[in-house]
Amino acid sequence: MDSDDDFMSDASSQDFLDTQGSDDESLEDFGEELDGGFSQDKDIIAHSKKPYEVDFKVLGPDDIVREQNQQVVEVSAILGLPPESAAILLRFGRWNREKLIESYMDHSERILEEAGLGTTVEFTPHTQVISGFMCDICCEDGDDIETYAMRCGHRFCVECYRHYLSQKIKEEGEAARIECPAEGCHRIVDSKSLGLLVTDDLKDRYQTLLTRTYVDDKENLKWCPAPNCEYAIDCHVKQRDLQRIVPTVECLCKHHFCFGCTLNDHQPAPCTLVNMWLKKCEDDSETANWISANTKECPRCHSTIEKNGGCNHMTCRKCKHEFCWMCMGLWSEHGTSWYNCNRYEEKSGSEARTAQARSRASLERYLHYYNRYANHEQSAKLDKDLYLKTEKKMTSLQSQSGLSWIEVQFLDTASQALQQCRQTLKWTYAFAYYLARNNLTEIFEDNQKDLELAVESLSEMFEKPVPELAKLKVDILDKTAYCNKRRVILLSDTAENLKNGEWKFNVEW
Amino acid sequence: MKEHLPPGIAIAKSENLEEWQMDIQVLDDNPLYRGQTYRLKFTFGSKYPIEPPEVQFIQSAAPDPRPIPIHPHIYSNGIICLDLLSSAGWSPVQTVESVCMSIQSMLTANSRDERPPGDADFVSYNRRRPRDINFFYDDDNV
Repeated sequence: MDSDDDFMSDASSQDFLDTQGSDDESLEDFGEELDGGFSQDKDIIAHSKKPYEVDFKVLGPDDIVREQNQQVVEVSAILGLPPESAAILLRFGRWNREKLIESYMDHSERILEEAGLGTTVEFTPHTQVISGFMCDICCEDGDDIETYAMRCGHRFCVECYRHYLSQKIKEEGEAARIECPAEGCHRIVDSKSLGLLVTDDLKDRYQTLLTRTYVDDKENLKWCPAPNCEYAIDCHVKQRDLQRIVPTVECLCKHHFCFGCTLNDHQPAPCTLVNMWLKKCEDDSETANWISANTKECPRCHSTIEKNGGCNHMTCRKCKHEFCWMCMGLWSEHGTSWYNCNRYEEKSGSEARTAQARSRASLERYLHYYNRYANHEQSAKLDKDLYLKTEKKMTSLQSQSGLSWIEVQFLDTASQALQQCRQTLKWTYAFAYYLARNNLTEIFEDNQKDLELAVESLSEMFEKPVPELAKLKVDILDKTAYCNKRRVILLSDTAENLKNGEWKFNVEW
Repeated sequence: MKEHLPPGIAIAKSENLEEWQMDIQVLDDNPLYRGQTYRLKFTFGSKYPIEPPEVQFIQSAAPDPRPIPIHPHIYSNGIICLDLLSSAGWSPVQTVESVCMSIQSMLTANSRDERPPGDADFVSYNRRRPRDINFFYDDDNV
């Protein structure tokens, strides 16, 4: 990787790389000498945007409505349609403007029909009293019933219409695609008709639901998954880019999550691997793995046997078959060498042994990574408990050591760094489980080890009793900075290699 | 309403406005349903007709046998997978009569002597009410 061309020829990553501009030079250094020493570390940290970061924007509820309205107004002007109709068309076309305009230009009548608009769109809705009317829903008739019909002509009493709309909006959460109540009529109830018929609280709900479908429909928008958070993230990383990048975003509510799969921040592991890993961890198949590693089957009746002590002379409880636990061969062939099997080289039972060994090795490998993954998850939880106590700690530190509030903020910073580094470390183990060895994995493992050491030593300092904390302030500050730096280095390295397709994995994805 | 019911549809029970039972027959000579009468149970919620009623076949033994008709969209416990009975497919203009006619024609048009895929599992595990099940209306031909 030595020129801008490399970056730009990669069409899929262009979207999120094009803002880097002047960073390219130092990124090159980094790419060429991954094993470079400390001098480069500084370069990375000096970047305004690091290799593992992506561009994104946080949108509040008002921004979303504004963006939506702006598009409606633009499309309405281009197509020469009233805004209500343009809005229905846009929702029908899932907010893909260009495609919508194009297909509208080609066959406008068909699009209008399919979107539930019909061809006559200039229309001011009003209710009417019609003599001799009978409502098909409630079967009321009379000459003084207020009625309403959209352009499709299906007329119902206002009361029924209102009930129908409130059922759809309140109970079914429907907004963008409410159809005319008549059977088989697919005309969409537009916002003007809706405004005429329903009460104000329903209009608000309707607006909220519309906003929701807007975010759901747009590929570049996603809701922040944090509870009660009403922000959405605008990020242009596409689904197809997820093999090359882990798009981690941070909402205004401080929640870090992956834009690709909306799970919590799982850098450096790509979404697909995260998905596989989580599935594997909750899968019962690992129980089966344990069984095959810790038990053997009777060579005759195949009952599963766990040996929990005693000699090698096994007599199957079920079929009374006598065999040797060590070589799985017939016991009668053992002659006089009872209780000490030296027949290991014999062919009998050798197949069973290799299968056993393979399964055991793969289980151990999995457990190696899983234990470390789980340990960091657990520790992060403990650190989090500690974080909740941090505030108390900071208060007591203030009173005991005479430090000011601002001077004890270092504990808060340290605690946040711990959380974030553990989150990263946790996923490095899932990542490593799927990583096929090449010369880059060693650098990765070194980075992992360095970060882990730094985190553990910071964690240890953090747990010290309050009186000692004041003395440790400089150390804790240093360690916090060091942890953060190691994390940046690890993430930059993995993200770079991921982007350039340097990692090889031992699974298909 | 009684007087104007279409052929093959009859009210079996309509004492209150919470539950009705209707008997339906398939009138053409479809060998799958010939000579049989089937009973449908309608359960109306407080929001009917804005909300769809719950409709399913119910079974009873002799002397007045009411089997569950065989159909690739009817489970053996009587639950019917029919778009117009879901809240998305329902129109408030529908009536007991029109629902009966739709089900009648759904039977008439069928020539497959089979239950929906996964019938046995669904029947033994399902504890939900029909309206809470998310059916996939993946097959419009039957």
